[in-house]
Amino acid sequence: MLESVRDLLPIIAVIAFFQLVILRQPIPDLGGLLIGTLLVVLGLTLFIHGLKVGLFPIGESMAHDFARKGSLFWLLAFAFALGFGTTVAEPALIAVADEASKVAANGGMIEKTEEAMQSYADGLRLTVALSVGLAIVIGVLRIIKGWPIQYLIVAGYVGVVTMTFFAPPEIIGIAYDSGGVTTSTITVPLVTALGVGLASSIQGRNPLTDGFGLIAFASLTPMIFVMGYGMIL
Amino acid sequence: MSYLSHFLTSLLSTIRDVLPIAIILFGFQLVILRKQIPNLRQILIGFVFVLLGLAFFLEGLEQALFPLGKLMAEQLTAPEFLGITDGGNGSWANYLWVYVFAFAIGFSTTIAEPSLIAVAIKANQVSGGAIGTWGLRIAVAIGVAVGISLGAYRIVTGTPLHYFIITGYILVVIQTLYCPKTIIALAYDSGGVTTSTVTVPLVAALGLGLANNIPGRNPLLDGFGLIAFASLFPIMSVMGYAQLSEWRAQRDKRSRSENERN
Repeated sequence: MLESVRDLLPIIAVIAFFQLVILRQPIPDLGGLLIGTLLVVLGLTLFIHGLKVGLFPIGESMAHDFARKGSLFWLLAFAFALGFGTTVAEPALIAVADEASKVAANGGMIEKTEEAMQSYADGLRLTVALSVGLAIVIGVLRIIKGWPIQYLIVAGYVGVVTMTFFAPPEIIGIAYDSGGVTTSTITVPLVTALGVGLASSIQGRNPLTDGFGLIAFASLTPMIFVMGYGMIL
Repeated sequence: MSYLSHFLTSLLSTIRDVLPIAIILFGFQLVILRKQIPNLRQILIGFVFVLLGLAFFLEGLEQALFPLGKLMAEQLTAPEFLGITDGGNGSWANYLWVYVFAFAIGFSTTIAEPSLIAVAIKANQVSGGAIGTWGLRIAVAIGVAVGISLGAYRIVTGTPLHYFIITGYILVVIQTLYCPKTIIALAYDSGGVTTSTVTVPLVAALGLGLANNIPGRNPLLDGFGLIAFASLFPIMSVMGYAQLSEWRAQRDKRSRSENERN
């Protein structure tokens, strides 16, 4: 509880400083603000506790079990399902996809009708979810094979830069942002536990150098895929 | 009463977000691995904690911090505050408080970001305590803060986004060559974890406010891109943090061996 208070103190300080000193305005609805802040502190405390007793253990125990089972196919199928399933319903992504369909309609890339925009947004969501699924698969393969992460990431950067030159300019901002919004608060701990669990159950892998990196792939592939989507449509 | 129904809506939407994940986890566990989950009770309790925690967290943010933060972003980017009412663009220095706000809000929201806390806990465990949770979180927060202020500067000047991002990539690649190998994967990861629940709504409000009010900017084109900055700069700051710690450890070792010689 005390730690959560410390985590939130900076935000409170920033908002109070700007409101009172720079904008010189009173804080509206102080009571509501205090209740809301209490809820945030309580929520963060519960979440961190749940993380330690629930999400981390199950992510790691499944990683160990898959490593012991030794079936690469099922491990990769699980990795894909986790990446795809957690992304396709992600609220931040739904919001970004809707914005993107507006940009596309205004730019004359698609017709300015409700249906055309909806199908564009849905297509974009599926594209991003597919790319995250693929990212986790590549990331898991990397942990198993022990490839150094930097080669893959640099290859991804080259991909992003190349696509930038060919993609329609309207889509670039959205594509770059979509890399950041795909990984949600529940996905990150699970995927991290999966990677670290795998790296510690496979001989010759170091959980620190090999276990991390799954999130990095998941934030890189959507950029490439979204620009590709913009080019095809 | 309205509080309660509002909270129930947030709880329901959190459950909807968690449900697909739970189905995938338990589906694979029961059908493919065909194994009893060890400590099933404890894990289910953990899930309930996560659900309730996230629902409270989001509810509180939406009630208290988001409205005020968004209002503030609007006020700070209002033409009257910026002194650009006479139609001109003003100099970039008019926007000083915008950059300071971008830096401060980037730093403070990142410190509170739950997924970053999760990664920091894991990194601390795995490294046997060598990577401090606070050290990592502060390094990432500084990266996000610099990223967001630079992103705000880009919206003000209207420079194309990809110039910055491509330069950033080149810097990341150069840093990768020189930084300790153990930190690389974690540094790349910290780019993706920084931007979720807390940061995105506030930062998006700032970007849209700027793009709406500055003459010649199109909110649909220029309002995006802040998140991209916020996911790129932590990679550099975390590698920088590792380089700095390594350099200090070496310097300490050198001075110790010199002391021994004397």
